[in-house]
Formats: sequence, structure tokens, C-alpha cells
Amino acid sequence: MGLFVILYFAFLIIASCLAAYFEKRGPFILLFSLTLVSFVLGIVGGAGALRFVAISAAVLAFAAGISYAFKEFLIIIAPKNTAKELKTAPLTAAFGMFVIFTYAIAGIFAPWIAPHGESEVISSAFAPADANMLLGADQLGRDMFSRIIYGARNTVGLALLATIAAFVMGALAGLLAAVKGGWFDQFMGRFADVIMSIPSLIFALLMLSIFGPQIGVIIVAVAIIYAPRVFRLTRAVAGNVVVMDYIEAAKLRGEGDWYLIRKEILPNSTAPLVAEFGLEFCFVFLLVAGLSFLGLGIQPPTADWGSMVRENATLISFGDITPLIPAAAIALLTVAVNFVVDWMLWRSSGLKEM
Amino acid sequence: MGDILPLVAKRLGFGLLTLLVISVIIFFMVELLPGDIAQAVLGQGATEENLAALRERMGLNDPAIVRYFDWLSGAVVGNFGESIVTGERVSSIITERFVNTLFLAAYAAVIAVPFAILLGIIVALLRNTLFDRVANVLTLTSISSPEFFLGYILILYLAVKTSMFPAIASLSGDLSFGELLHRTFLPALTLVLVVTAHMMRMTRAAIINLLASPYIEMARLKGTPPWKVIVKHALPNAWAPIINVVALNLAYLITGVVLVEVVFVYPGIGQSLVDAVSKRDFPVVQACCLIFAATFILLNLAADVGAILTNPRLRHPK
Repeated sequence: MGLFVILYFAFLIIASCLAAYFEKRGPFILLFSLTLVSFVLGIVGGAGALRFVAISAAVLAFAAGISYAFKEFLIIIAPKNTAKELKTAPLTAAFGMFVIFTYAIAGIFAPWIAPHGESEVISSAFAPADANMLLGADQLGRDMFSRIIYGARNTVGLALLATIAAFVMGALAGLLAAVKGGWFDQFMGRFADVIMSIPSLIFALLMLSIFGPQIGVIIVAVAIIYAPRVFRLTRAVAGNVVVMDYIEAAKLRGEGDWYLIRKEILPNSTAPLVAEFGLEFCFVFLLVAGLSFLGLGIQPPTADWGSMVRENATLISFGDITPLIPAAAIALLTVAVNFVVDWMLWRSSGLKEM
Repeated sequence: MGDILPLVAKRLGFGLLTLLVISVIIFFMVELLPGDIAQAVLGQGATEENLAALRERMGLNDPAIVRYFDWLSGAVVGNFGESIVTGERVSSIITERFVNTLFLAAYAAVIAVPFAILLGIIVALLRNTLFDRVANVLTLTSISSPEFFLGYILILYLAVKTSMFPAIASLSGDLSFGELLHRTFLPALTLVLVVTAHMMRMTRAAIINLLASPYIEMARLKGTPPWKVIVKHALPNAWAPIINVVALNLAYLITGVVLVEVVFVYPGIGQSLVDAVSKRDFPVVQACCLIFAATFILLNLAADVGAILTNPRLRHPK
């Protein structure tokens, strides 16, 4: 039995005793059940399994700590009203905001952060990591680390553009349909139904096969695929606002449709729309990543997370996890956005009492 | 029961109509190509004779409407024309692969559906406990991961490091059923992970929604044990949303299958769709899209019909 195992159990037992002494019921149950599970794990998996548990716990604690610090930081720098809202944010949401913030920094300052250019060949193919290349080289001898940093700019940027396009199209159509009603509403509703009954990936593949994989085509295709979802939500939200008395009053004053949308309906339906934007971004991001994984997204030599996974997938059969890092980056951002959206939805809906 | 048939027939009619509109979209989208298909396939350097010959072979000289009806009437009986690249019949390329894909999706569904519903009910019972929180974070992570990420992680840990399962799901040669299940286990597991998370969350939401209703409160107040409240009182009313959830996720499987097939080099219809897209083999693309869309619509239709059958209020509209 190594020193690590002794320390591991000593720490767990002391921590659970402390929790019991201070009558913290939740942490005690958590710590003590972890101790019991660790006995079984240690017998079955040996010190390796325990080390894994310890590392995951350390990572979790680190993430929790950093999210807490980031939340406090935001509360201090934010104006008073926003700070009040931020105080209700759970740790997961703070973690999400921290991750989004990091990605934004990486994307915006990519040329200064990355040590090498994104398509600069600096060594032999699949060269192992050294002091110059943090993560080794890819299949053409380009620096993986730099490409991942640039990927934050290219992949996330493309997904963001596509989401904005889909959102503007869908939201405008939804607001117009709600205000105008009648045949326009009916027609847009049926049209959205038809588009939504085609699987999104399949529809994207169809359009890309016809118009070729260019960035403009991807943005338009994604916008057409996801605009109906935004349309439906906007239509439903705006539909509830349109029947209000103050809208009637504005109409009697003789205000135009555009004024109604801008001044009366939009301010009263921002909360669900912002949450929807986050959700929509997740869908779009995963779709774009899937497309580029299939080789139909951003074309080489531009760095892009999806295609990086595919190009370096051979490394996986040698037990190397480097190709999984871009994929993990995709997953992490999506999780982060989902965490923030979860909090926003919880805040804007009546889910609080559940 | 007599009044169900017209309702179901109406839904069926709607489904067929949607499919028809989609077939129009799929067919006429290719017409939007700058130039025409022959030009796109042969490229800029093609001679006039070659172009004319290809146009003749593909019947491009007829007007688009005529070709659409030819294509549609062929598609209904399973004849999707010939591949531009290999000249093979599209149906002979696709049929066997479609069966493989259906097998994979069914394999995943058989594991995922009972597992997800059971877990969803348990999580709904234990809502707001630590277990629920952990399950929430885990399912969210699983939904947020691209399918290829999950697939490669499974390959890394279950195929490369421990070699329990083959990393590549090749189906060549005579395979016993057990061997087949073993070889396709990793792709199926990837799909299970993605779909289970979705289904679990939706089942949980459906049941929690129900638990807030007054008649459940009544059952609780008269002292019914919690498991009985769920199984006897909540579940019968939860079937409609759960059936909906299952059908929606089966439809989701149909799309997820494309990426998973590529990761595991599984000989399914998704793989041939991706190949055809990169080779710009339009008849194959059209056929695959139509098949995927039809399956998708069929499953959504099944969800609607299931909801009608299990909900008396929908069965007797006011």
C-alpha cells in the first residue's frame, strides 16, 4: 500500500469526521459514501482507480473554485442591478460564464496567444510534444496548440455568425407573423413545419452537396434550417404579448407595425429570446462541428475543430488523446452555454418553486 | 373506438403531404445548381459531346416537371435511378446499407428506451437531491458532446486501451448474431449515450409536470405510498408525453447515425450519403435524403398517433 493510498483515505476520513462534527449533513453523506465506494474501488481497480478519483475530485474542486472567484469578480465589476441578478447564479452558471469568457479571449486574441501560425508547417508529421510545441504536431507537421487556439476564432465565429443569421431571420418573421396575423401567419407556420420535418444534418448535407462547402453556403444553410425553430418560439412569445391592452392602445394611436415590434413587443419578450439564442447556438455549433468533421465545413488549411478531430483520428488508435482535445473543446463550450441558458430559463420562468 | 380512425387518417394525410412537399424541395433544389447536373458532374473542362451524352443518359432534356414525376413514381417503388459516379443502380447501393442502419438504430433503441425511461422516473422521484443534480450535469454533458467525441472516447478506452470491442464495425463475412452484436456494440453504445440523455431529461420533465397537478396532491394527501403515486396515478397520464419523447428521440437517432457511422466506418446509409455528398453524386444524395426524411416523418407521425391513442381528451375533441 503506497503513501498515496494512505493519504487518500486519511484525507477522506478526516474530512467526513469534520463534516459530521460541524453537522453538515450533505457534505458528510457525500464524503462518507465516497470513502465507502473508494474501498470497493481500491480493491477492484487498485491505486490507479483511486488516483483517477482523486484527480477528478481535484479538477472539480479547481473548477468550482475558479467559478466562485469569477462570479465574485463579476459581481464586483457589474453595475448594481446586474450584480443583484448575478448573485442568484448557481456555480454551474458561473462556470459557464467563465468558460465562455475564456473562449472569447482565445478567439479574439488568437494571433497573439498562438505561438505559431495556423497553417505554418514547423516540423515533421505527428511529431511528439516538446518545449516548442505544447501538444505536438498534426498530420502535416503544424502546431496543434496554435491550431486549437485559432479554431476558437474560426469554428466559434462561424457558428456565431450562422446563429445570428438564423436568429434575425426567425425572430423577424415571428414578430411580423404575430403582428400581421392572417394568411402571412398561416403560410409562415406551415412553411416552418415543412422545414422542421427534415432532419437538420440531412438538410445541411443536401444543400452543401449542391452549392459546395463554402462558408457563405454553410451560414445560409444553417440559417434556413434553424430559423423555423426561432420563428416558432418568437411567434408564441409575441402572440401572448400582442393580445395585451397596451398593444391595442398603441394601435389605436395609429402606430405602425415596425414601432409595435420595436417598442412594445420586443422589450417584453427579450428574456425567453435571449435564452433561445443560447440554446440555438448550441444546436448550430454542434451541427457545424458535425459538418466540418465530415469534411464539409471550413476548408483546409484554416484551422477548425471538427476537421482537426477527423484528420488526426489515426493517433487515437495509438492511445493518444491529443485529437480529442478539439472535440472536448466543442463539448466544453456547449456545456458552458447550456449551463448559462439553464440559469436564465430558471430565472425567467416560474420554475423556481419546483 | 370508431372515432379514432378519421383522426389517424387525417394525421396520415398530413404526413404524406409533408413528404410530398419535401420531395419537391429535394428534387428542385438540385435544379438550382448553376448550369445543370451534367455540367456540375463533368466540371468546366467537359466537351460539348460529353455533356450532351450525359444529359441524354440522365434524361435532362425533358422539362423539370416531367423528370420530377418520373423520379417520384420511381422512388415510390424503390427505383431511384442510377449513380452518376459508378453507374450502379442507386437502390442496389442503398438497400443493404439501409438494413444495416436500421439494425444499428434498433440495437441502440432496444437498450436506450427502457433504460432512459426507468432512469427518468427515478430521477423524477428523487428530484432536487444530489443524485438528481449529478444526473442533470451528466446528461447535459452527454447532450452537449458531439457524437464523434463520445465515439472516439469509447474507441480509446474500450477498443484501444482495453481491446474489449473492435474499433471498426466491419460486417463482412458470415457473422453469428452474437458476433454481430459484439462488433456493433461501440457504435450502438455511442448512440445510446446521446439518446438516453435526451430521453431521460424529457421523461423527467414530463413526470414532474404531472406531479404538480391537483389529483396527485390528492393521492399523496390520502396517504398513498410514493411509488404507488408514480406507478398507479402519474404513469397512466404520463404515457402520452413519454411515447412522444421516445418517438422524437428515435427520429433523432436517424440523424445521429450519420456521424456515428463515419466514426466507426459502419457500412450504413449515412456513410453512403456522406460519400455521395463529397463526390456530388446527386441521385444517391436525393435518395438518401428522401429515405431519411421519410423515416423522420414516419416516427413523428407515430408519436402523434401514440399521443392520440393514449389521451382520451385528444380522442374526443370538443
